[in-house]
Amino acid sequence: MENRKQTESRDQSARRDFIKIGLGTLAAASCGGGLCSCKGKQEKDTIELLSPEGEVIEVPAHHVKHVHKTVGVSREEARKGIPGRKFVMVIDLGRCKNARNCITACQKMHHLPEDKEWISVLLMKDSEEASPYWFPKTCFHCDNPPCVKVCPVDATFKRSDGLVLIDTERCIGCKFCMAACPYSTRVFNWDEPEQPEEIQALDYSPETSVPSKIGTVEKCDFCPDMARMGKLPDCVTACPNGVFYFGDENEDVVTNGSETVRFSELIRDKSGYRYMEDLGTEPRVYYLPPRDRLFPWERGLDDLSDDIKDRFKDVLEDI
Amino acid sequence: MTISDKAKTLLSEFSGPLEKSTTISKIWIFFLVLLIAWGMVGLYYQVRYGHVVTGMRDHVVWGIFIANFIFFIGISYAGAVISGVLHLLKIEWRKPFIRIAELITVIATIIGPVFILLCVGRLDRLHHLIIYPRLQSPITWDVLAISTYLMGSILLLYLALIRDFAIYRDSPELKVPNWQRKWYRWLALGFRNTPEQNRRIEISMQLLAIMIIPLAIIVHSVLSWIFGMTLRPGWHSTIFGPYFVLAAIYSGTGVLIIAMWVFRKIYKLDEYIQDKHFTYVGYMLLVLAAGYGYFTFSEYLTHWYGSEHWDMEVLHKLFNWEEYGGLFLFANLGGIVLPMLIVAIPSLRKPGWITFGSAVMVLAMWVKRYLIIVPTLETPLLPIQDTRVEFVYYSITWVEWSLTIGGLATFLLLFTLASKFVTIIPVAEMSETKAESVHLKMETT
Repeated sequence: MENRKQTESRDQSARRDFIKIGLGTLAAASCGGGLCSCKGKQEKDTIELLSPEGEVIEVPAHHVKHVHKTVGVSREEARKGIPGRKFVMVIDLGRCKNARNCITACQKMHHLPEDKEWISVLLMKDSEEASPYWFPKTCFHCDNPPCVKVCPVDATFKRSDGLVLIDTERCIGCKFCMAACPYSTRVFNWDEPEQPEEIQALDYSPETSVPSKIGTVEKCDFCPDMARMGKLPDCVTACPNGVFYFGDENEDVVTNGSETVRFSELIRDKSGYRYMEDLGTEPRVYYLPPRDRLFPWERGLDDLSDDIKDRFKDVLEDI
Repeated sequence: MTISDKAKTLLSEFSGPLEKSTTISKIWIFFLVLLIAWGMVGLYYQVRYGHVVTGMRDHVVWGIFIANFIFFIGISYAGAVISGVLHLLKIEWRKPFIRIAELITVIATIIGPVFILLCVGRLDRLHHLIIYPRLQSPITWDVLAISTYLMGSILLLYLALIRDFAIYRDSPELKVPNWQRKWYRWLALGFRNTPEQNRRIEISMQLLAIMIIPLAIIVHSVLSWIFGMTLRPGWHSTIFGPYFVLAAIYSGTGVLIIAMWVFRKIYKLDEYIQDKHFTYVGYMLLVLAAGYGYFTFSEYLTHWYGSEHWDMEVLHKLFNWEEYGGLFLFANLGGIVLPMLIVAIPSLRKPGWITFGSAVMVLAMWVKRYLIIVPTLETPLLPIQDTRVEFVYYSITWVEWSLTIGGLATFLLLFTLASKFVTIIPVAEMSETKAESVHLKMETT
């Protein structure tokens, strides 16, 4: 059982790699060595790719040129929002078992190093008697965003489609938005971001949030670049348990990739709520309470590295 | 322009530092330049490698730089108190140290904002504050308030200096190089001590003295709102505005007392700055300490009594020996109790003791600013689940220390250099003391 899961997840990641490489390099990658410019040195690392014929092929990793999979709109255009949309997310706490695929998928999508998380999964325990649960946390894209209020240069802004984005070409790095965000969503580039040169050479767009820039603030952007292509954010598709539902409040539809439901019904039937409603920030992320759980919460501790397990020691000691 | 005998004597008495530098002052300046150079090394590291060289991280996004910023803007109140409040109340004994106070104000208001700039990740984009300003942001309020306050303070200092510049210009006894005299001539703006010129200066100073009080209040209120406007435990408090303003007047008065003591020692001003002046300012200190203590008490009492979860998290850190308990105790004992006791006990109400109390208080006030910033940032609403120690706890790095000390050294250096260019005692104003009091007497009779 466990084995089968692993193979599955490897297949999944292979598929993601395929997508990530993008159309531009697809032809080159699938005809293999034709692109090889280095002689003699044979790299051992290989990557599995899906060829246009539908076969899984292995290609030396250094033959594959990674570029970003989407092209962002201009900085001016990115301030406007996608017309007619009102993006919304629903996170089903009853399904999360801390698989952490959302985190790695997001890091891959945005070319982030391992220790930089735009999504985090926290272990929460609301009171003495309450049972612990896993709490995936994205940016809440609040309708009354404290971060946007305090920005002195309009570098972070609220769009008509509900998204709160950052223009890191305008950000002066005062970090006031980080102090103002009650959910500790935002991260700062304390030093030169570790990103490959070809990523750093990409044209920046607030919709792709790529490349990262030293001395500026960044965060989860709900992947509007994917939405423009009619695709779901990577965290949603990467989740093996369908925790994340993403959609449009105007259309009243959300989907986790396999299941598409009415947003209002989902919230009504499963008692959806917004985290810390009393703060008045009006998040665009709703949570479904951790009931009818798919897994006991302890399962979330399986296969964790010691380093990650250590993060939850305060809660674990309490139990 | 004829110069009165009184002004001549005063000038000859205090012109020493303007004419030549002693070895001690040269060593002092060299020492300060060394410290500033050390600060520059820190600055180089921060610009070269990014803010990773500081102790700030994603949770504690601000550290001692912001504490220094509040601290310096706080001590800038020394001048606002003297030239604003005491000027309007026509308190004669303020005159000997009016210039010291105003120099503190101007220099501290220049140094303070430098520390907020050190918190900015992209110094190359500072112009964005002007080309993309957003009036909704408390930082924009700060930029507007501090720059206005700085301009007001500079004008107030300068207006009082015009008459002195004219005296320096027209005193052949003053042995200064030609370029320096040229500067005096230029800065005196053709002042000839005519009644009309004097009237204009008087009116302008009176107006500025009135304006500087609300400006000072605005500056520190706006500063406190950088914290008060956020939804953070320990910051989101309605009394933060007045609390910060009072704390600033308090620490400004403390720095003024220290400066009075130091300059009395260096320049042998016992005749002008007398023991009774220390007692007067000491009384002010006592009242301010009581007010500040009252604010502190009511701030923490309401949080503790209401015992909201997040407020208690911060309070537990402040009252915990293993976290901030020691510093918190020092901030309150040294910052409130000690100065009150010193002024309240007659046998301790002496210049030396009052100065000692002020020095401890000023340090305690710096610690207090640190305690406002760091424990709150270490207590976000969502738990910090991170294994990287530097992301959980803030600790001050050598870069931050070197920049802090560099900033303090710049403050002292600017002060020293200013005291080589203008007399530390307002010659024109002091030489008028008698005449003016006679004038006042005639008016009242």
